[in-house]
Amino acid sequence: MAIGTRVLEGVAPRPRGIARVREWWEREAVFGYGLIIPALALIAGLVAYPFGMAIYFSLSDYWVGSPGSFIGLQNFRDILGNEIFLHTVYNSFVFTSIAVVLKCVLGVWLALLLFRPFRFKRLIRGAVLLPWVIPTALSVLAWKWMFDSLYSVVNWTAIHAGLINPPGPNWLGMANYAMTAVIAVNVWRGLPFFAIIVLAGLVSIPREYYEAAEVDGAGSWGRFCHVTLPLLKPVLAVVILFSTIFTFSDFNIVQVLTSGGPVNTTHLFATLAYQVGLTGGNLGQGASISLFLFPLLVLIVFVQLRYIRKE
Amino acid sequence: MIVGVRSRGSKIRSAIFGYANLVPYVFFALFPFYFMLVTSLKTDTELYNLKAVPFLVQSGVITDHYRYLFFKTEFLTWMKNSLIISVVATSVSLAISVLAGYSLARLRFPGVGSFGTAVFITYLVPPTLLFLPLSQVVVWLGISDTIWALIVTYPTFLVPFSTWLLMGYFRTIPKEVEECALVDGASRMQTLTRIVLPMAIPGIVCVTLFGFTSTWNEFTYALTFVSQTANKTAVVGVTADLIRGDIFYWGSLMAGAVVASLPIVVIYVWFLDYYVSGLTAGAVKG
Repeated sequence: MAIGTRVLEGVAPRPRGIARVREWWEREAVFGYGLIIPALALIAGLVAYPFGMAIYFSLSDYWVGSPGSFIGLQNFRDILGNEIFLHTVYNSFVFTSIAVVLKCVLGVWLALLLFRPFRFKRLIRGAVLLPWVIPTALSVLAWKWMFDSLYSVVNWTAIHAGLINPPGPNWLGMANYAMTAVIAVNVWRGLPFFAIIVLAGLVSIPREYYEAAEVDGAGSWGRFCHVTLPLLKPVLAVVILFSTIFTFSDFNIVQVLTSGGPVNTTHLFATLAYQVGLTGGNLGQGASISLFLFPLLVLIVFVQLRYIRKE
Repeated sequence: MIVGVRSRGSKIRSAIFGYANLVPYVFFALFPFYFMLVTSLKTDTELYNLKAVPFLVQSGVITDHYRYLFFKTEFLTWMKNSLIISVVATSVSLAISVLAGYSLARLRFPGVGSFGTAVFITYLVPPTLLFLPLSQVVVWLGISDTIWALIVTYPTFLVPFSTWLLMGYFRTIPKEVEECALVDGASRMQTLTRIVLPMAIPGIVCVTLFGFTSTWNEFTYALTFVSQTANKTAVVGVTADLIRGDIFYWGSLMAGAVVASLPIVVIYVWFLDYYVSGLTAGAVKG
């Protein structure tokens, strides 16, 4: 066997050739670097390098098919003076804050419901997580049909329940309704993520804490405020940070549901960058728009790292 | 009140309360999928009849939309593309991540801490931050508009996630087991492949499932880097290429959405518990 041969070879005074390479490879540091090189090369070549390019693009007059010249901060000056961009900034904050708050509140509520003992637990849990697993672009396509201007099933139901007068709102055709629709779909898709992770947090809370609180005379609301919430705080912090960054940088939902319409009123940074940079071909300006996602990313990474270190 | 003992009445009331609140949620979560299915089985006359009840199929179930999808469009090519891209990108990423994850979780060498941080930061970078420069990188690599553009770029989000998840799993394996193997004369690589990997199988299954799901579902890069119909993935093909002119043919669109989601649904139902545990580990261990 190979191992046996190597032991015999080891008797020789100095290992040579292949044996020396093998010995070198067995050193912890060498082996460690060796294993991590493919991943680092990938990150350097396809994440760090494109990021540098994004910065270069944003400072130049770069169009699809024609590398332009350095123009300093002109792109940023242009977009900051553009009404569509300013509206996109506003949208991003409204969309992210409302969606994350709704997902958080409803997610904790749903997790508490799922935590109770009931029948068909696995089945119901599986059903609740489904919107998160199915290809988003395809489920959003179904929502687009549900919000159709003429055949909307949402309106049909509301009209027949006597809640609204026919024909009902044109969901994707009016700015405010379209924003509501985009937020609703985002909550629909992101809620399971919150619920399942918070549920895992609930499971890890020792039962004794609840029993002690009950002995002290705490009602169910008191138990929630004084036991559940404080102990969920670390889990909640992580989920909220994750969700914030992925909601803020969302592309699929807006792109499929409204493509930023009607008349550019529902754009987020990613969809506007797509429209300007690829549909319009102005890569320089597109890159400077998508770079606006970066400050929030830095903030969240900073909070995460500090938080992890504290743990 | 005695702790833990509750009257029968309050138990029943609590159960009713639970179900009464859960049922709307389950309805909200599942309705779009039900509506997809119902739409795909209806005749066009019924779909576009304002008097018809949208929840039901009243004038008979038809399979025309599916037949159109399979025989008149490139849907099967898109499914094949998606399958190739997902399998190749996931396997390559898995191999890279197993090595990196083991190295970061188990070996000590200068800089290991900062490499771990770098992987974590990359994990948080949203794909929409880099899709414009990446669209130029694939042009320079000469793979623009082919399925290779996606096979090459998908590991950028798969590897950081998978590495992060696998690090967690590797850390749960007792170190003594590895030390024994090394003392017995196994090389480091043998220790990894024969001792550590078999013990980390749940983690590997998890990473494979998440990798396959997220590559199959990916939309941003697939929409941006590929414009030729024959090279599209199922998700982008259905979303972008089934619309003729400016008109949405909802029957065939929803049929496409149903069939293109099906592989994920099947895998999901089969491996539900892995999804739940992977989701929790991926986010919370961070």
